Amino acid sequence: MSANGQLLSARFGRRDGHKLSVYEAEGGYRALKKALKEMSPADVREQVKAAGLRGRGGAGFPTGVKWGFVPANAEKVYFFVNADESEPGTFKDRYLLDYDPHQTIEGSILSSYAVGAALCFIYIRGEFGWLVDRVNRAVEEAYAAGYLGQNILGSGYSLEMIVHKGAGAYICGEETGLINSVEGKKGQPSIKPPFPAVSGFLGAPTIVNNVETVATVPWILNEGPDAYRRYGTEKSPGTKLWSVSGPVKSPGVYEVPLGIPFREFFEEHVGGMADGERLKAVIVGGSSVPVLTADEVMATNLDYESLAAAGTMLGSGGMIVIPESSSMVDLIEVLMHFYWDESCGQCTPCREGTGWLHKVVGRVRRGAGEHGDLERLETICNGMAGLTICPLSDAAVMPMRSFLAKFRTEFETLIRKDPAPEPTSRWARGEVETR
Amino acid sequence: MAETRSAFALNDAGMAQFRRLVERYPTKQSALMPALWLIQDQEGHVPPEAVDWLVEQLDVSAARVHELLSFYTMFRAEPQAEYVLQVCHNISCHLSGARPLLEHLKQRLGIGIGETTPDGKFALEGVECLAACGMGPAMQLGKHFYEKLTPARVDEILESLRRGVVPRADTDRELAE
Repeated sequence: MSANGQLLSARFGRRDGHKLSVYEAEGGYRALKKALKEMSPADVREQVKAAGLRGRGGAGFPTGVKWGFVPANAEKVYFFVNADESEPGTFKDRYLLDYDPHQTIEGSILSSYAVGAALCFIYIRGEFGWLVDRVNRAVEEAYAAGYLGQNILGSGYSLEMIVHKGAGAYICGEETGLINSVEGKKGQPSIKPPFPAVSGFLGAPTIVNNVETVATVPWILNEGPDAYRRYGTEKSPGTKLWSVSGPVKSPGVYEVPLGIPFREFFEEHVGGMADGERLKAVIVGGSSVPVLTADEVMATNLDYESLAAAGTMLGSGGMIVIPESSSMVDLIEVLMHFYWDESCGQCTPCREGTGWLHKVVGRVRRGAGEHGDLERLETICNGMAGLTICPLSDAAVMPMRSFLAKFRTEFETLIRKDPAPEPTSRWARGEVETR
Repeated sequence: MAETRSAFALNDAGMAQFRRLVERYPTKQSALMPALWLIQDQEGHVPPEAVDWLVEQLDVSAARVHELLSFYTMFRAEPQAEYVLQVCHNISCHLSGARPLLEHLKQRLGIGIGETTPDGKFALEGVECLAACGMGPAMQLGKHFYEKLTPARVDEILESLRRGVVPRADTDRELAE
């Protein structure tokens, strides 16, 4: 199952990879049979913890540890698979569900078993209409084969699975927003604590995991934590799916061990830049993380710790490659439009701040920037970072600040050249004494 | 107010699906989003009489239903054009030419972004990231995506839609049975 280090992507690109018969013939549902027969839920949690699997949705929190937060005496527990994949630059979960839905379904059943859930939701973003149909068909196949429903494989464990279709809202990728959405509400995040593992869906303990995280669980149970740790680094074990976009030779989804040097990944796997393009910058972890210059990115390895040391984050692994021919001001305007559009509106710093950033960046891009606009952008960022219920506000601030800090001259050349107007008030001129 | 509107009803298949939803979701209110999808799939949008129907069926307030209709961009409270073309204008598609593509579509359709052609056939929208970043520029139509678009490919798609034929989308893969 692990030829060429393809722990998750072995069936990518195949016409028949979505079929239950193909998945089973290649070892699928073996982990489920084993776990239900020989392992307690605590055993499954221990294996995943020992493997060091970290959440692939963006935060990188250890999955086995997160599962351990569910209170031991909980009567009702829910398990949610986050397939809301909406972080700009990210398209890996789509591949996992499109080419290999049963891998994610098996992982979801195992994860649900590990946390003691009797109901599992797979939340798929509404734009993935065809995927909702495909996963629904695969779930039906799994029910028919006895992998879902009452008394699974005679084990006494029962699990229902519902594919829930989103309806267009980036914020539903945030776990509390996602839970509220399934409760039939607006997808606005809730303040933490309480964390969903203690009080989530309908007030019950709820675990939300990304598709890629869940899809890794069958492999870990089949091959063992030690085998998983043969890939990656000590603190970032395993493989990672990277979604690569921008003017490169071969855009697409790549699975490589964590810790691989960016240079090697970029040159040997992605094939470097497209003809005639030169590398200027890379956003490695989806649009919400700080941008790296070409020099910075070429000097880093692709794992959680190396990227943190380089001043950015691994995030969702949505790698956006930016060529010399692009204007950073133009690109940040596109991103600020996105965050402004997707802010859910409940926290003032985010609702107002994203709009202001978009407005000011827009006038700079159009060549109508005013004196003090770059400082104004920084001030707005300072009023947004860390001051809201969820990280969307920070997600706008991180690219904004890093674009401004690392490519400042591109912004400065667009600010109007005429001299600053003389302050008209005596207060502004500092002529009035203040106590 | 409600009695002046004609009563809403799902067709038999839709009603069977609705009953199954209510049975499977833990609370009636949690079935609201999938119920809105059922209505929209049948009607093309969620008409006011369907809101009344949901209030009755799921014990939710009308305000709650309207909240969802306005919060989620894919739910539509008004009748829509026959073909709603949604072009991604986020960063990766932007890097691969989404802006000139949108300009091309505006010119071909004779409408601006957010507008509908006078015959009600086409609407053009700019949308945020569709998760087609490696295959941009991308456009959504119904349940599917068209990817790696060029002006020539867009012309072919429009030509086909004008004849009432929805061309095969890139996400509509040929699958082994």
